[in-house]
Amino acid sequence: MTARTLFEKVWENHLVRHSPGEPDLLYVDMHLVHEVTSPQAFDSLRMQGRTVRRPDLTLATIDHGVPTLNRHLGITDPMSRIQIDALVRNCEEFGVKLFGLDDPRSGIVHIIGPEQGITQPGMLIVCGDSHTSTHGALGALAFGIGTSEVEHVLATQTLPQDRPHSMAVTVEGDLPTGVTAKDIILGVIAQIGTGGASGHVIEYRGSTISGLSMEGRMTICNMSIEGGARAGMIAPDDITFAYVEGRPFAPRGSAWEAALEEWRQLSTDPNADFDTELFFQANRLEPYVSWGTNPGQTIPVTAAIPHPDQAENPTERDSIERALAYMDLVGGTPITEVEIDRVFLGSCTNGRIEDLRAAASIVEGRQLAEHVSAMVVPGSGLVKLQAETEGLDRIFKEAGFEWRDAGCSMCLGMNPDILNPGERCASTSNRNFEGRQGPGGRTHLVSPAMAAAAAIAGHFVDVREWN
Amino acid sequence: MKPINTIVGSLAPLPRANVDTDQIMPKKYLKRVERTGYGEFVFAEWREADPQFVLNRPEYRNARILVTGPNFGSGSSREHAPWGLQDWGFEAIVTFSFADIFRNNCTKIGLLPVELSEKEVAWLMELAEADPSVQVEISLPDQSVTTEGFSAEFVIDPYTRWRLENGLDDIGLSLRHTDLIAEFEATRPSYLPSVTTG
Ligand code: SF4
Repeated sequence: MTARTLFEKVWENHLVRHSPGEPDLLYVDMHLVHEVTSPQAFDSLRMQGRTVRRPDLTLATIDHGVPTLNRHLGITDPMSRIQIDALVRNCEEFGVKLFGLDDPRSGIVHIIGPEQGITQPGMLIVCGDSHTSTHGALGALAFGIGTSEVEHVLATQTLPQDRPHSMAVTVEGDLPTGVTAKDIILGVIAQIGTGGASGHVIEYRGSTISGLSMEGRMTICNMSIEGGARAGMIAPDDITFAYVEGRPFAPRGSAWEAALEEWRQLSTDPNADFDTELFFQANRLEPYVSWGTNPGQTIPVTAAIPHPDQAENPTERDSIERALAYMDLVGGTPITEVEIDRVFLGSCTNGRIEDLRAAASIVEGRQLAEHVSAMVVPGSGLVKLQAETEGLDRIFKEAGFEWRDAGCSMCLGMNPDILNPGERCASTSNRNFEGRQGPGGRTHLVSPAMAAAAAIAGHFVDVREWN
Repeated sequence: MKPINTIVGSLAPLPRANVDTDQIMPKKYLKRVERTGYGEFVFAEWREADPQFVLNRPEYRNARILVTGPNFGSGSSREHAPWGLQDWGFEAIVTFSFADIFRNNCTKIGLLPVELSEKEVAWLMELAEADPSVQVEISLPDQSVTTEGFSAEFVIDPYTRWRLENGLDDIGLSLRHTDLIAEFEATRPSYLPSVTTG
């Protein structure tokens, strides 16, 4: 047999139909649904008189538009209310399971899948959301789809897809202290740019990656899309199996044994070829901060903000100038001199328990800088409960942070949590696009530890020099 | 979905790289549950901030073809972005490269994504800036973009072309294979999760 990559194995395991000259028809093991990208899909099903083929393989949650304060008062934003009510009604009508607002298991769709054991190695998972790539950390093939495709999966449990190319991103060596999974992925994107992995599925490999916890692996796969990739994957290993075992939807008993046997086959064969290969040395990575308006505009914390004169061509010059103007920054300024107004700790990139622990360990016993306001938004109801059991909420609150309910929150500001025009935010989320966190808001992407340190210092600081 | 054959119309130039879906369709408009009516919100923040923004200029109001920079449509999977562009009146988008999910979403709704070389895009961009009324023809059967003094060919995979030319809905096409789907389902390992068992 020819040597195959992990991606090829999972793809081929899901082939319902392969016919040359046509997209492959793939079977979807789990379809995750949220309130923003689904109403039009359900509507159209209804109009065509179609049903949901496999409600048992479909799970809905409410995350994008939920308030993170005073949730018992209900959703006050009338538009979000309509959208959330529509999802509740659609789930009832079509028999789809919903983790509702009062369910402690609810939260950001990409946090709850792995947390519940619904995300397992080798699965094919889709969701009407680009950060579905997160689930690839468990060795699943998981990617975001548009609303027409959501409708397609609801109706058929399959998806026609052209096969993407494969890319290996290999990271070798020990991570320096203070450099985290978030910095690995920011460093990769800073180098390849936001279109660098376009048309590819990335497999992250190498000793640095296998040394990461599952949560760190999720952070990395999560941001694959920021490099333009369709999906990110990491071969499942003992760390993965230990993570999945015992979770509510994980197989048990003999089913667990059968699953393990299959999962152990899920790695790239030694001689398999990737279409593209990239190599990184962990010891060359630093903590990173984005300075511009796309995730590729990112620099090490020790560096200065780029000057338009450094551009290699007019297009690049134009985008540096535009980004500097939007971000109200001057090229050549060391990034550590940039003062911030707000801090957001959360999102499907960094809203898991380890992220909150990392931030809390920096914050403990200290106070927020006077001019900074900061907010911690756990990724799910269960992350919140766990953090409270560990007393992390107290650490944050004593330092002056707000402790909120779970949801997407200020990652994209579809709920009341937004930046005011001109405000500058250190954020653990994944996108620094113009207006992403609120019209006129300025976002700098960082790791949880870097965000926490910036919150205390009032400006960006090198967390490696923190004591 | 409306079949596409030949698109004839004028161009609107948007000479920026990495235009993301948060700009094309700002999130505050994602709260609607309807599928139509997104045209008035397309590029809302840029249109509000800059009276000279291309879509604010009357001479470009009737453009059918958007010419823009590389990596167009990066970011979120929101189909609201192509819905908005189509509802505004665009029938095709011409650029050097698209973000994957965005391109895919366009072909699902019959908004034609056209990739030309960097040089060709630059030529059309200049033309659009110099003469807002100039008519350009995009022929899907010929896979060509032509106007006076200019002719270029683009690549599109034959299957997608066939689907777009015939206005075929993917779901209908896949439902022809219900037997194969059922056959596949019968072979799925029993350890796989179902939301009814947790
Ligand atoms: S946390 Fe942000 S990126 Fe993640 S699903 Fe929510 S809005 Fe999208």
